[in-house]
Amino acid sequence: MANDNKLYDSDGREIVLKTDQLCIQFGGLKAVDHVNLEIKKGELYGLIGPNGAGKTTVFNLLTGVYKPTSGRFYLCGEDLTGKPPAEVNKKGIARTFQNIRLFNNLTVIENVMVGLSNQIPCSIFESVFRLPRHRKSEREYYERALELLKVFKLDEYKDHLASNLPYGKQRKLEIARAMATNPTLLLLDEPAAGMNPNETQELMDDITFIRKEFGMTILLIEHDMRLVSGICEKLTVLNFGTELAKGDTAEVLNDPEVIKAYIGE
Amino acid sequence: MDFLVTLINGLSSGGTYAIIALGYTMVYGIAKMLNFAHGDIIMVGGYAMYVTLMAMGHPVIAVCAAAVFCMILGIVIEKVAYKPLRGASPLAVLITAIGVSFLLQSLAQIIFGSSPKMPLKLQISGAVTIGAMRIDYSTILTLAVTVIIMVALSVFVKYSKTGRAMVAVSEDRDAALLMGINTNRIITITFAIGSVLAAVAGYLMLCKAPSLSNTLGSMPGIKAFTAAVIGGIGSIPGAMVGGLLLGVVECISYSIPALAPFTDAVEFSILIIVLLVKPSGILGKMRREKV
Amino acid sequence: MSKKTVGLGRFQLKYHLNYIIIAVAAIVFAVMSLTGNIKHSDTVLLEKIAIAIMLATSLGMVVGFLGELSLGHAGFMCVGAYLGGKTAALLEPVLGNGILTLLIAVVVGGLAAAVFGMIIGLPALRLRGDYLAIVTLAFGEIMRSMVMNVPSTLFGGTLGLQTPRYDKKYLFIIAFAFVLIALAVIQNLLRSKHGRAITSIRDNEIAARASGINVTKYKLVVFTISSLFAGIAGVLYSYTQSRVQSANFDYNYSIEILVMVVLGGIGSINGSIIAATLVTYLNVKLQTILTGDLAVLQNLFYAIILIIIVIYNNAPALKHFREKYNFKALTARLLKKRSAKAEPAAPETDGKEEA
Repeated sequence: MANDNKLYDSDGREIVLKTDQLCIQFGGLKAVDHVNLEIKKGELYGLIGPNGAGKTTVFNLLTGVYKPTSGRFYLCGEDLTGKPPAEVNKKGIARTFQNIRLFNNLTVIENVMVGLSNQIPCSIFESVFRLPRHRKSEREYYERALELLKVFKLDEYKDHLASNLPYGKQRKLEIARAMATNPTLLLLDEPAAGMNPNETQELMDDITFIRKEFGMTILLIEHDMRLVSGICEKLTVLNFGTELAKGDTAEVLNDPEVIKAYIGE
Repeated sequence: MDFLVTLINGLSSGGTYAIIALGYTMVYGIAKMLNFAHGDIIMVGGYAMYVTLMAMGHPVIAVCAAAVFCMILGIVIEKVAYKPLRGASPLAVLITAIGVSFLLQSLAQIIFGSSPKMPLKLQISGAVTIGAMRIDYSTILTLAVTVIIMVALSVFVKYSKTGRAMVAVSEDRDAALLMGINTNRIITITFAIGSVLAAVAGYLMLCKAPSLSNTLGSMPGIKAFTAAVIGGIGSIPGAMVGGLLLGVVECISYSIPALAPFTDAVEFSILIIVLLVKPSGILGKMRREKV
Repeated sequence: MSKKTVGLGRFQLKYHLNYIIIAVAAIVFAVMSLTGNIKHSDTVLLEKIAIAIMLATSLGMVVGFLGELSLGHAGFMCVGAYLGGKTAALLEPVLGNGILTLLIAVVVGGLAAAVFGMIIGLPALRLRGDYLAIVTLAFGEIMRSMVMNVPSTLFGGTLGLQTPRYDKKYLFIIAFAFVLIALAVIQNLLRSKHGRAITSIRDNEIAARASGINVTKYKLVVFTISSLFAGIAGVLYSYTQSRVQSANFDYNYSIEILVMVVLGGIGSINGSIIAATLVTYLNVKLQTILTGDLAVLQNLFYAIILIIIVIYNNAPALKHFREKYNFKALTARLLKKRSAKAEPAAPETDGKEEA
């Protein structure tokens, strides 16, 4: 897709996501208040903050679940503000959910194949009448889904129902499904929630791997500080919907304001 | 003058819809389910009145007996058919409710046969004439009962402890539970109130036209649910507004000869139009699923 | 608890078994009919079964795979029966009462029902499931009162619409041909990327949207195809009757179709086929026994079945019970026992597992 509006920062690095004064108000509550994010290509960016700070709401804004009250956001320079979720996904933003949302009655591989849906063209007509393209596309789907499952070491579970996977693997499957939609930007909502230290370590390795392998730009929400300080390059801290601090991970985590917001005085 | 009479008649039949719609909307607000069998409780109330009339003979006793019987029935249905499915998919609950509705209709037909019963003692005939207007006593009674119920219910929900607990449960069932509200009890009470209202609506229908069959509550039930959705499901004032609006539209449509045979279609078109313009209904709040 | 992934282009017998069984049965009955070895009452039964299978599988697609409830299936059938029946009645003097007239009637009736499905679905499918149920129910009732109230020269008013009857002997064969078409379309749709998209909407609509699935489009497609086949079933029905009466397409009929779907198991096309056959067979056989007010006993029975099955299959409290005593587990256990009996020499490990 030709895109002439691409944004670059002063160093010439491409800016994948830019939000411009993003706001949303629920009744009298400003859940997200003038948030400006700027994420560069290939970056692993963390969004942290106490509970109720508006982190997931930012994700919901970026994926079209909510429409912002004011402000806009751009993916590679293209304005996606106000587009419905499916459209935003097609444009290149994929996400996972805080409380896992898998297709529980589909198998593991079928979950990933749903994610691939928009990439392999095959119309309803072609499927209903079993035209050659249907067969070809089904085979292609299957192979590509299997490859993705291998990356996440889920291939041995491919024919299990998604609901029968253990918790940690369900989280991974959600990431695999999001990756299947071939995103430019991947949003991970508390990927390590509920995982034990071993699983978290494995997850960190996976995230690092997909970043390298696919050159993926990732924005993640996380409470696990070990994970955040271990893999995030940059951070934005939200508190009561506003930006409290942003910058390089080490600096931000040592900021007295941030420590105060987290631990209190 | 004719229009005024149509309007008064419309408000009166709208009042009946509103009373039924209250039952739908309260149950929907609190148990988050469409109680498909609600309309059939009206029918059961009708038969209860009929049976009591045969035995005791007095309409007032009959109405009271029907109210008590419906209340018990409502509670039993909730406990037996709906409670086991709490936490199951909405589709399963809906299908069960349809099953219950079908069950009540078939049972009534088995017990009382398919030919309509005529509890004539319930009928209120006669009319009052003001100038050129003629208004039936039954219309006036319906309007009066509607107003009383609306006021009483509003006061109950706003000022009584149980009423406020009901609001809390409808806002957030889990949070209400954590605040020490016995949600199961609140759901039971809601079903009880809804069923009593259904019995009252049954009486108001029969005092106008005393003809009783096993489908007495079907169409009024569907229309009252429509009214509840138009007004905003889950909202008590919404059910009242929706009911009255639907009643007035119905009577106006009936009074126009070309539209009269298509009155049902006109009413349901209003539903579709309202849903398109404001999916949450006139007074309803938009609920977002938490993502 | 593993499930095989479907449709990789290879021919798999188990996905075609239902067509084969239905086709073989239809051919056997057709031969019997041609050689005069079948009673008239049985061909009527077969016509009814074919229509019921079509209705149940098309509704089953909406309820079981899309996860939405339509209570107006009889209403869409009504559209098909009246418009298809009217087309046939108009064409009869020109084209005669032959297969061509029937095919044109099927196309007209089916497409008309599909268009109605789309018109009704467009606003309702954007909303919560309960609204769809009530809007479709209302639609069914409106359709009935419409055809009764338009000038009787058009649709025959309260007397019903007079329709031509196709040669009785062969009608059921044509009906089964349409059943096979319906099954092929429904199953091919469901066993494709589109079918996965549809089930993903049922399982988690928010995640489906986030995965780029066009939810409105798929809901509308499923609803339209379902209405299409309900309409075709309606046209076939009009051919089995000398008069089409709108009273036959009431709410109770929609519920009867729903009973078939629930009885067969929500989400199982084969279940719908079996249940449709069984319920129709019972209906016809019971008609002679349960007459007058007793006929309603059947409805009572349906109602109880509906409630019990849904509670059994969905109640959270019965989850463990269900896992132990379901159809699959029981047959698996039965087979295991039988194989254990057949090979008494090897039960050592089996025995340990059991204990």
